[in-house]
Amino acid sequence: MSAAKTDRNRLGRLDSFAVYAVAYLVFLYLPVLFLPLFSFNESIYIAFPLKGFTFEWYEAMVSNAGLIAALTNSVKVGAVVAVLSTLFGTLAAKAVTRYRMPGRGLTVGFIMIPLVIPEIILGIALLVLANMGGIPLTLFTIGFAHMLLCVPFSMLVMISRLEGFDKSLEEAALDLGENAWWTFWRVTFPLAIPGIVASLLLTFTISFDEFILAFFLAGTDTTLPLFIWSQLRFPPRLPMVLALGATILIISFFLVAFAEWLRRRGVQAEKTSGV
Amino acid sequence: MAESTAPLTPPELGEFRRGWVERLRALFLRSEPTRGYSLLSPTLGLMLLGLAMPVAVLVVMSFWTQIYLDFDRTPSVANYVDFFGKAIYPKLLLKSIRISATVTLVTVLLAYPMAYFIAFRVKRSKLVWIILITVPFWTSYLLRVFAWKVVLGYNGVINSGLITLGVISEPLQFLLYNPTAVIITLAHAWAPFAILPIYVSLEKIDRSLLEAARDLGEGPFMTFVRVTLPLSLPGVIAASLLVFIPTVGDYVTPTLVGGTTGIMIGNIIQSMFGKAQNWPMGAAISVMSMMTITLLVCAFLWFTHSFRKRVA
Repeated sequence: MSAAKTDRNRLGRLDSFAVYAVAYLVFLYLPVLFLPLFSFNESIYIAFPLKGFTFEWYEAMVSNAGLIAALTNSVKVGAVVAVLSTLFGTLAAKAVTRYRMPGRGLTVGFIMIPLVIPEIILGIALLVLANMGGIPLTLFTIGFAHMLLCVPFSMLVMISRLEGFDKSLEEAALDLGENAWWTFWRVTFPLAIPGIVASLLLTFTISFDEFILAFFLAGTDTTLPLFIWSQLRFPPRLPMVLALGATILIISFFLVAFAEWLRRRGVQAEKTSGV
Repeated sequence: MAESTAPLTPPELGEFRRGWVERLRALFLRSEPTRGYSLLSPTLGLMLLGLAMPVAVLVVMSFWTQIYLDFDRTPSVANYVDFFGKAIYPKLLLKSIRISATVTLVTVLLAYPMAYFIAFRVKRSKLVWIILITVPFWTSYLLRVFAWKVVLGYNGVINSGLITLGVISEPLQFLLYNPTAVIITLAHAWAPFAILPIYVSLEKIDRSLLEAARDLGEGPFMTFVRVTLPLSLPGVIAASLLVFIPTVGDYVTPTLVGGTTGIMIGNIIQSMFGKAQNWPMGAAISVMSMMTITLLVCAFLWFTHSFRKRVA
């Protein structure tokens, strides 16, 4: 009798938590899902009732020269940033997971500062530095700023991948006569590759979507978020922005979901440093 | 190698040097900290160049004065006098802190049950839940904020939806362009930042501790209050900081959904580097904001530390 009661209680509790969790997911996803919904709506007003189905805004999007130029810039910056910050992040992650070092916590904390500093402060500080150093604002300044933001993320991803890494595998390779270089390529690298791919995808997405730093550090060349920002002031262009936003969100979603799956697979149970 | 005091002949000297290089190399390879730090040095160098140097330069500039398009580089505290002299700056900074503190509180309170659910209730598909929570965070911040403008706007989703349904006849004006809209938008945008650290700390809790508490006669609620909650505090603290610090300086959200009453300190800083064209003043406001945030964070950490000691 009392056992049945506790059982019912437990079931009730499980239900209320599950209901809350689903409601939370709706809160997380619903606002964003209005972008794709209205991007197919045959009206320049973003309002109910829906008028009719159209691809008009997607056509306007692909034939907009400014947009294509901004997209090209974003892809270029994102690709370079992804490769370089993953390189820096991997080196740093390898250092802190492989070696015992005094002051490790402090050093890692310093590298992680871009994660918590308000982006506007980082943006204007870099702008002031560029101004004093006479460095012209170009895509390079944007890329440099994005690297500062991406390296800590890449490092976290790589730490979570390398943390459970068995040191004896490398030592075995060295003992068996491989030199350090081949040990790296034949032992360390293959084991780290899911983390590296995840880091490349995530850092690319961060750079591709980043707005605040780019806002302060852009010269005449704009990136895609800057282009979107410039369009928000013109109500007639909003439907095209919706189409663009929907496309970006959906591509980002799949890139990131894949990266997260890759990164968390196998290291999930013992991982501690997730963002 | 060099036992005699006689001067070394060139071949001997070469051998001596090689020996030295070898020994240094061996020392280098044996010492873990040296190897670690040399592997870390490129990243550390990048961060010094891109983080420490710009912030130092920003502090220097805050003591300059703007003269039209140029700077007067003689150091002066005029900007700081201005900061405290004009009530608007401290007032706006306090308001931003209030908004961010509310956002932090709301976000953490909403996130805790979610994290708890994933850590303790979900058995098989944890990974799916984690990915569902994480993914929105990696996607465009600008677009997520813009989505709220679409939802809350005068002709937006809620208003036009309610009118279509016949619930209201006039659009509700209080939805957009006020601090509440800013708080809702920020709480939405930063949710994953709060859920994940709390989840990680809950996941790390040794389940046998919970069983022990239950075996010793604690009810589920007291077990939560006396075991689970204190043990998950590090996650709650991390979550609070990860949400609070970046949101204080945000200006995208206030610009898009805040209207005139939802302005935050980030908007002022941005305008000093834009329309108002007074970089040194903008630098001074930034420095003051950074210092205030740092002080608050230290106070918060000190408070939670002593709280945890008292509980434990």
